[in-house]
Amino acid sequence: MAILVDERTRVVVQGATGNQGRFHLAQMLAYGTRVVAGVSPGKGGEEVEGVPVYDTVEQAVLHHAVNASVIFVPAAFAKDAVFEAVHAGLGVVVVITEHIPVHDAMSMLAFARHHNAVVVGPNTFGVISPGKAKLGIMPARAYSPGPVGIVARSGTLSYEIAAALTAAGLGQSTVVGLGGDRVVGLNFVEVLKRFEEDPGTRVVVLVGEIGGTAEEEAAEFTKGMAKPVVAYIAGRSAPPGKRMGHAGAIIERGRGTFDGKVKALESAGVRVAALPWEVPGLVASLLQAGPAPEPEARPPASED
Amino acid sequence: MKLFEYMAKEVFARHGIPVPPGRVVASPQEAAQVCSELGEVAIKVQILAGGRGKAGGIRFAASPAEAESLAADLLGREVRGLVVDRLLVEKKLAIDQEFYLAVAVDGAARRPVIIASTQGGVNIEEVPEKLLVKRHVDPAWGLHPYRTRQIGRRLDLEGAVARQFSDILLKLYQVFTGSDAELAEINPLVLQKDGRLVAADGRLNLDDDALYRHPDLPRVAEGSEVERRAQEAGLSYVELDGDIAVMANGAGITMATLDIIQHFGGRPANFLDAGGGAGVEPMAQAIELLLSRSPKALLVNIFGGITRCDDVARAIVKVATARGGLGVPAVVRLVGTNEQEGVSILREHSLEAYSAMAEAAAAVVKAAAGGNGGGADGHPGR
Repeated sequence: MAILVDERTRVVVQGATGNQGRFHLAQMLAYGTRVVAGVSPGKGGEEVEGVPVYDTVEQAVLHHAVNASVIFVPAAFAKDAVFEAVHAGLGVVVVITEHIPVHDAMSMLAFARHHNAVVVGPNTFGVISPGKAKLGIMPARAYSPGPVGIVARSGTLSYEIAAALTAAGLGQSTVVGLGGDRVVGLNFVEVLKRFEEDPGTRVVVLVGEIGGTAEEEAAEFTKGMAKPVVAYIAGRSAPPGKRMGHAGAIIERGRGTFDGKVKALESAGVRVAALPWEVPGLVASLLQAGPAPEPEARPPASED
Repeated sequence: MKLFEYMAKEVFARHGIPVPPGRVVASPQEAAQVCSELGEVAIKVQILAGGRGKAGGIRFAASPAEAESLAADLLGREVRGLVVDRLLVEKKLAIDQEFYLAVAVDGAARRPVIIASTQGGVNIEEVPEKLLVKRHVDPAWGLHPYRTRQIGRRLDLEGAVARQFSDILLKLYQVFTGSDAELAEINPLVLQKDGRLVAADGRLNLDDDALYRHPDLPRVAEGSEVERRAQEAGLSYVELDGDIAVMANGAGITMATLDIIQHFGGRPANFLDAGGGAGVEPMAQAIELLLSRSPKALLVNIFGGITRCDDVARAIVKVATARGGLGVPAVVRLVGTNEQEGVSILREHSLEAYSAMAEAAAAVVKAAAGGNGGGADGHPGR
């Protein structure tokens, strides 16, 4: 089992004929993802890696019953692309594009919310359910199938942690990148909720960083979870008031500090790794101690 | 990007929000001139930091002579670590009451939030939650006038003052959306003795990612000279106060790298995220930039996904060749795409690559402390 994406996910790549789009479309196909269509306005009729390209998402839905999108279009056009995907009825929209204006992000997320679509990102590395489907730009060899769910704000840091888990024989159910921006579609709590309900996930790893309050909200939510959670938080040495690469990674007016997040997580019973390479050991010990997975899948929970 | 108070107020005024009469000046003579036109004035240093009042950055003058001497005193002085090069000289207000009013991006709610309070003129973080009125706005529907009346009621405003408040809030929301702001703040919003509301102070923080669609708005350079150079080169760079230069790829792993250096007792000199998929040339530029600050050691930490390890190695070798050596001990950790190729390129130039982050961080901390950690320039690899 997995969350958000699996072998049934039928993917359209928006921005399929750009450099990034072409490269990652090929990588996703090679991983076994069912990429069935591409969209690039004005490029309808072309093909990328044998995948047909259309002018509109509507056509892609009509011809290929796509239900998810991965967006690579430039920042200035990303809002339009998300509206188009949501309007076409796609349930999962993964926005890889970075540097999208925050007002555009708020507007497209409001639209998605009113249409019950899930937006992952913007500025995310995507979502991968190892062995099933990869919707994003992550390096495939860092992952293997297994019982560990990972939810992260940062790409490379989560690759590092996933690769360490994989090397220790601890595979993953699904790995979700929330995105590094200040305003993103999915947050930790929503993903934890899904992992809690997923019979294929036994332990969750939360990879957070300074800035915002998402980790604190996640800490509160874990108190009601049956599955154990391990966390690593980056930014212990970050000075206040400085944006550390991600738009969202900034300590402002005393909020979003490393200490505040670690304290919230630890007091909720989350095991916080001091260093990234401690994560596999903590996960392994919790897997040994934890209960066996339930034999019967719970009924899928309704949205909100 | 943060705008200076006087710039924020110019934007406010363009949208019809009342601001005190005044002008920005850069000399004592101009300050005297403005005072002779306006009468009693407030003289306010223009710096991108809060808490000016407490730091002595806001003064009052009753005569042009007094304005001139106060301005002479303030110009060139350091206030909260920033050199004062301009002053806003404004008509002094007869204050009856001070409010707080702002529209900001609420990341957790993914929506704009209006924050209002009767406790204006102070640091809003110190105001107890129960004295704040917070209302989210759905960007799909925008801000409707009835909500501004509701908020005014919550602040116990009535009659003409309530009407002015609604009008100002609607206009502030227009400023917020119309200039792609992350924060549009009036603190304090002053009720004068004559019953009129006026924005006595203003803050406008703009979204860097949206500046391209606002050629009409002013630009304010932020950060040190090296930070500005890095920004122009498209690098995500932050100066820190340590002595170990760091380059990594990805914001999260770069932050983690700094943390790990600190864990081993070292002090990072900077944050530098080379980004995903950077080629040889931008990475070489990044390394040049780091070396220009004369660190004691350099750590390059790469987990190659889209970034290719051989490109990283070539960038390092390119800089070393151009400079006749890197000049400092360098520790390189390479894992991922084209790792073997990268490692052998480095080896040809007597640089050893590590594969474990822990070992690399420990080595660079040792090298910076004067031990033998890295490989180049008289520090042969192990």
